[in-house]
Order: sequence, then C-alpha cells, then structure tokens
Amino acid sequence: MDRRHFLKAAGTLTLGVCLGTPGTAVGAADAAASPAPTADSTVFIPNAFVRIGTDNSVTVISEHVEMGQGVFTGLATLLAEELDADWNDVHVEGAPADVTRYADPAIGMQGTLGSTSIVSAYQPMREAGAMARALLVAAAAQQWQVSPDGITVMNGLISHPLSGRRTRFGALTAAAAKLPLPASVSLKDPAQFKLIGNPWLRREDSHAKTNGSALFTQDLKLPGMLVALAAHPKRFGATVKSFDATAARAIDGVVDVVPFAGGAHYFSGVAVLAKNTWIAQRGRDALTIEWDESQASRPDSAQILARYRMLALSPGKLARSSGEASATSAASATSAASAASAASIDDTTLLESQYEVPYLAHAAMEPMNCLVQLTKSGMSIWNGEQLQTADQASAAALMGITPEQVQITQLYAGGSFGRRANPHSDYLLEAVSIARAAAAQGHRVPIKLVWTRADDMRGGYYRPAFVHRIRALLAPDGSIASWRQRIVGQSVMTGSPLEAAEVKDGIDQSSIEGAGGPYEMRSLRIELTTPEDVAVPVQWWRSCGHSHTAFATECMIDELAAAADVDPYQFRRTLLAQHPRQRAVLDLAAAKAGWTTPLAPGTGGARRGRGLALHQSVGTCVALVAEISVTAGSKLQVDRVVCAVDCGLPINPNVITAQMQGGIGYGLDASLYGAITLTDGVVDQSDFDQYAPLRMHAMPAIDVHIMPSREPPTGVGDQGTPPIAPALVNAIFHATGQRIRTLPIAAQLMASLAAAPAGPAADPATVNPGGT
Amino acid sequence: MRTFTVNGQSVSVDVPDEMPLLWVLRDELDLTGTKYACDKALCGACTVQVDGRPVRACVTAVAAVDGKTVTTIEGITTDAAGHAVPAGSAVQEAWRRLDVVQCGYCQSGQMVAAVSLLQTNPHPSDADIDAAMSATLCRCATYVRIRATIHDAAKVLAA
Repeated sequence: MDRRHFLKAAGTLTLGVCLGTPGTAVGAADAAASPAPTADSTVFIPNAFVRIGTDNSVTVISEHVEMGQGVFTGLATLLAEELDADWNDVHVEGAPADVTRYADPAIGMQGTLGSTSIVSAYQPMREAGAMARALLVAAAAQQWQVSPDGITVMNGLISHPLSGRRTRFGALTAAAAKLPLPASVSLKDPAQFKLIGNPWLRREDSHAKTNGSALFTQDLKLPGMLVALAAHPKRFGATVKSFDATAARAIDGVVDVVPFAGGAHYFSGVAVLAKNTWIAQRGRDALTIEWDESQASRPDSAQILARYRMLALSPGKLARSSGEASATSAASATSAASAASAASIDDTTLLESQYEVPYLAHAAMEPMNCLVQLTKSGMSIWNGEQLQTADQASAAALMGITPEQVQITQLYAGGSFGRRANPHSDYLLEAVSIARAAAAQGHRVPIKLVWTRADDMRGGYYRPAFVHRIRALLAPDGSIASWRQRIVGQSVMTGSPLEAAEVKDGIDQSSIEGAGGPYEMRSLRIELTTPEDVAVPVQWWRSCGHSHTAFATECMIDELAAAADVDPYQFRRTLLAQHPRQRAVLDLAAAKAGWTTPLAPGTGGARRGRGLALHQSVGTCVALVAEISVTAGSKLQVDRVVCAVDCGLPINPNVITAQMQGGIGYGLDASLYGAITLTDGVVDQSDFDQYAPLRMHAMPAIDVHIMPSREPPTGVGDQGTPPIAPALVNAIFHATGQRIRTLPIAAQLMASLAAAPAGPAADPATVNPGGT
Repeated sequence: MRTFTVNGQSVSVDVPDEMPLLWVLRDELDLTGTKYACDKALCGACTVQVDGRPVRACVTAVAAVDGKTVTTIEGITTDAAGHAVPAGSAVQEAWRRLDVVQCGYCQSGQMVAAVSLLQTNPHPSDADIDAAMSATLCRCATYVRIRATIHDAAKVLAA
C-alpha cells in the first residue's frame, strides 16, 4: 500500500530554470572548470536533487562527498528507485556548496559526517525521485491524452499498456519542465523495491575509477594554474622568522616564493609557486628558513599518556550515570593503581583494568590538497569537500567576504576517514592564505596547494590518545553490579562547528559515546576528564569516540566473562536479554562463525583463538568474531573475521559489505600498527615506512552477514571499525591467555617494517603478544 | 629531450632528466590516472608498466624510460596497434563486475600491478597474489575484493 507524503522544503525546489550540462559526470575536468552553464530548456530539473536530459540521462545531485563510502551509489539508489529509472542511465555529481538546498539535518549544515547521509537522505531523495516520476507521468498523460493512472514506469521506460504507447524519459523532459509541481507524491511500499536492497546493483563510480578518468583534487589543472608546495614548521605554532629563497628561485620553473600567514589552527610558512608539482617540490627543498618557535608548542605523546594515567586515578566529571547509587559507591572505592586487578569482596568480584589508545593519523591515500582561485566576486574552491558550510564560513572570514561568495566544487576525495572535514578548515585556509599571498605578488591565478605524504602525516589533527580506566563489580550470578569508566583525553568537538550540539556542561559527548555498550548493568557511571592544555591538534577519525570506547568496553566485558568463568558469547548474551536487536546481531555473528564448535587446530604448533566484540554506533549494530593464530614463533596472523551487521533496511548490500570489509581493515590496521607519536613537539612519523599500513598479505578473509530489516536505514561508513580492536585482543587472550590493553598491539612492528620497507617480504602481521 | 611511448603513442618531453616519470605523466602529459600518494615507492599508487614490467613511477627518472614503452591505467586495455590486451581487459571488467573500488585513489596502481601479475602468472595462488600485491596500499582496505577479483580475471583469461 502506498504511503502519501507531503513534500518538505518546497522552497528548495526549482523548476523551469534549466541549468547545467546534461550527462556530465561528476569529476569531469570540463565540468569542474566550466564557466557559468548555459540555459537549456530541454533539460528537466524538477528539484535540487535530479536533472534529466533529453538523452535520457538521469543526473543525481549528491549533497554528500564520495570518499569511498559509496554515498553516491546510495543516494542515487534511493532516488532512482522512486523514479523507476534505468540504473544504466544514472550518473551522480557532487552538489555545490549551498546550505539552503543541501544541508544535512543531522548535523545542521552541509557536510558528510558521522554516517548520517543515508539516515538523512532516505526520505527526501525518494521524494525527489517520486516527484520527478509524477511529473514525467503527467507529461506523458497530457501528450497521449490518457489518464495518468493507466501509465506505468519501469527501467526508464514510460508506457501506457492500453494504447500501446511508450517512450523514454528524454522525450518528455521539455513537457515535464512546464508542469506545476505536485503537492504530494506517493512512495512505494518497500515490497515493491527493485533497486533498494538489490545485491547486484553496481557502484555508480566504478567505471570512472577503473580507467583513470575519475577526477580528484590532485588531478585538477586549470588554465594558468600554479602548484604550491608549502614549507611548514616542524612544531605547531611556529612562524617564519626569516627565509632565503635564492636557491629556490634559481630553479627553472619556480615562478615565485611567498611567505604566508597562518592562524590559530593552520600553518604559516613559505610557499613555492611553480608550473608543476615536481618543480614546486624541488623549490621547497631548496628553501632555507629560520623559524620563530617562541610561540610553538612542544607536546610529547609519552608524557601526555603518562599524565592521562595519573588523571585516570582521580574522579572525572560525571558524564553519564544510571542505576543504583549504592553499587556506584562500591565501584568508586579506592583501588590499587595497577593496570588491572581483581579481588573478591564478599561474593562479588571487583575487576579494574586500564586501556590506552594512541594518537592516530587518518592517512588517506590522497594527501590533503585544495585548489583556490580568487575572483572578482569572491573565490572559487575545488576540493574533496566534506564540510561545505563550515569551510565557506572560514574562508569568507579570512578574506572578509560573505560565505555565499565562496563557491565550492565538490570533487571525489581519495579517502578521508574524517580528515577532509576539518573542524577548523586547516588545509583549506592554508590554500586560501597562499592564494592571497600569491595575488599580492601579482599571481591572481588558480593556486593548487599540494601536501606531500610527510606534510599530511605531520599536519596534525589526529584521533586523540585516550586512557580508559574501568572498574566493575561482577555479581555471583554473572551480572554486572556496577561499572565505572573513567575516560581521559582531548575533546574533538570543542571549538568545532558541532560544539553547540555535542558539548554540554563541559562534556564532549563524542568522547564518551558508546562507553559501557548496550549491556544491562545495575549501575553505570561514566566520568570524563578533558585536558584543555594539550597542544596536539585533534580531530574526529573514522567512527569518532567509538574508536576507543568500543575497545575499552568490549575488552572489559571479555575480562568480566573470564572472571565469571562464563563463555564470552553467553556472557554477553545474558547481558543483552533486554536488547533483542543487539542480541540478534550477536547471535548471527556467533552462528555464522560456528562459535560453539572448536576452532580447527593450528599447524606447526600455532595456537588458535577466537574473540568476540559487539558495538553499536549511530544506530547500526555490528558484531565481529575474529579468528587468529599465534605461531610457535609468537607471530600473529588474523585468519578470518565474521561480521554481522544490522543497519536497518539495507539499501545497497554490496556497499554495506564493502564498508564492513573496509571498516574492519581500517580498524585492523590501527589496532596492529597505528600510532602517531610526538617527541618534544615534533611528529615522529612522516611516511608509510614509519606509519605502517595494513597490506594485502595481512588482510584476513572477512565474511559479512547483513541482518534483514524493515527499520529505517542507518549508516555503515564508520561502524565496521570500532569492534575489530577488541575482537582481536580478545582472540589473543583466548589463544594465549595474554591480555593486551594498550594499542597498537605491537609497537615493535614499525622497527621490523622499517627494516624491510614496502615489500611483500616484510611481514607487518608479525607480532609478539608476549612483548606488549 | 626524452622520447618514449605512452599507451601506444610516441611522446617527447623537454624536462630535466631526473624528473620522475610520475610527474611527467601527470603534469606534462595530463595522464592523471597514475596517482601520487607518497614520495618513496612505499605505496604503489603510481605503478605503471615500463616495457611490460611494473615500476614505481615516483622513483623512476624520465631518462630511464627513454626509448621505452610505458603503459598507464589509461592504456591497460588496448595495445599500440589498437588490439585488446587480454589481461588488461579481464582485470578492468572483473574490477567492475566485483565492484572493487571505494575511494578509488589507489586503484590505478592496484590494477596495473594485477595486470602485470596475470601477464607473468596466469594462474596465481593466494600466496602469489599476496606477494605481487602487498606493495600496493589501499587505505580503504579493498584487499578482500582485489584478491577475489584477480582470481576471477584469471578464470576469464583461462576460458
């Protein structure tokens, strides 16, 4: 049965003003660089989200950036479903920066954050498709002089079976564009979905990304453009005292060398402007710069973590609590300062453990970059743009213009994992600052700022380091009498455009989200200490706070299961008795992994282990079973990960599976090797030899099982990442009896990788659990 | 002046001998499918074929390819005479069939490495694939699908 919906935000709809170039795929160089589009009265633009051309092309406009998570495919699926379009005719292009038309209500601005895209788009994108369909049907009915009720639409073909008339969308666009908008449209019953939930639907961006034509910011070249490489200080906050560019200027192809001003949240430095990237890089290498470090910060990650350990011994701010006060007070009794301790008090068992996670870089494959052109009317920016509204405001403030004068063209992002949504617009403002400095020297041309891998890795804005100290009382019946979790670490939301929404009474909700998990506990108390004087620039990283709260929570749950001498699966299952949805996900993962049957024995004396973790974030619940082997030589191999995910109605099963595989891989990488360290204010890592990434031979088989559901869809971009670290260390415990409470699992991996860089001969999966 | 063949076309470039092939391809010849992601041959995003063998374009000086034949992602499916390259077509089609890509930035390097593997070893084992592909990074961790796709392409080539 159809449901009727009134169209929201009618003011955002445009009809009759026919702009744009039909059939232009996102990322096409000419589209990105094209002048103002010409009016074309045959193109049909029923609303802000779709354009239909006379060639039958259906161009879906995505307010969200495609950075690998499959959002272009997801949004197009929603719209094409209700339009009954032929998937082969569907293309997607990135929306311009325009908060009046393209805000994501979940974050109150235009941007792509926190796995909210599908949640927010589910209704409006389907309505947009249904509206376009209704107008095409009305146009056909008018032309054919028949009732619209007798018209069917399937795979882009509009038919009137009674009269035998049929045509494709393109023949009706001009007529449809002249019709008044419908007051309301009908949406399909989910039982009628053909594209939504279809596992055979392929990604919209696959074609361009497999022939070299997909356009990333790094690839963009505009007439007259200069490439800028900037020398940054090695310590955050330092500024240029003096510099000598004589040698740089002597290099053929170096056009100019300009110092540029920085800000509280982005680098100042010296930029070399050149006709190509390599010359700019050579020019930068030839600079001699004396830095003024009087205002520079000198954070040291080892000292920071040592301080956090001390802070975790004292109460923090109460962030969340529930349940019995008496049990809470029992849990807050003073305990020994050891990393983990267990003691019996009467017939309850007291357990206390401390967990630590380091700073992490996002390290997307495409290092940060941004193209800026100052214009008479303001400026144009081309970027793998993830936070349009905030970036417009930042750039406008720097140049003393209005946000509307900042045009942003959204290109593909070569990964991001959160980095391109910088809360302070760091690299974007650096590019604007350089463009301004260049213009002052007479170079009023497009400027493409390129960060090298080292610039990117040393550029700050890391996932903050955290220490968690959890103290729990286990009742004799295996239930959790109390749980007190102290969390210590920097706030990523304070000072960000999301501060008002995320920080309440000094508690950054993103620092504690997910702590304690979905489990039944008779009393729960989450305390937070947020040091405000740590000078390491931090930022959200794939799955934000869940990336560390899941680790601490799911490790502790496993420790409690062991203390209760209960199977970790059954222990969790009991605690989820009141949470059928989460328990069903747990059951699915356990069943698919064959949890109740013993693992096949390892070969050559290898000890095998299986670990479980479950975590829910932003509405999506994921349970993982990790299967590992620890060889006689104490080498760790991750053999298989079984994943169960409930993300509501699955929109693109193929994308969901890919995001689980990728999210698990990204978290595996961080669990095994990831750590940014700072020594006296200098970031120690600069490239993939020091910040070891996951490589093919260390990637386990990953079996993904999607829970069937009719609930509204929720996101999948972040949610695969949080549970893998605890699943892994829980598996190591199962195999060896050794608890690993500090990530990464083996810091010594870097040394072994540095010894054999980049080759398959190196074995980054080699790890000695006993040594950590 | 250095002259070599790129994707079947002879090109001459007037650049310093030590200029890396990566930047000659990207900035001089506008072949931007080959990607920049590190500076030390650590990631494989810049992998191209030189005389049929995979090399890292970021550490290959343009002088080293003088007179040679370079194949980039843009040319993996067609040879100089316009004929289909079986391994290239099989890899590209399998890549699309199994929907490997996510952000896509590393995929050119992955695909060129995969073509090179299949041209020398038409029936690679998982271990062969790991050995040939582990030097090419994917931060989206599409590795599970890359492995499956190379097997799939090998099957198509054998048929």
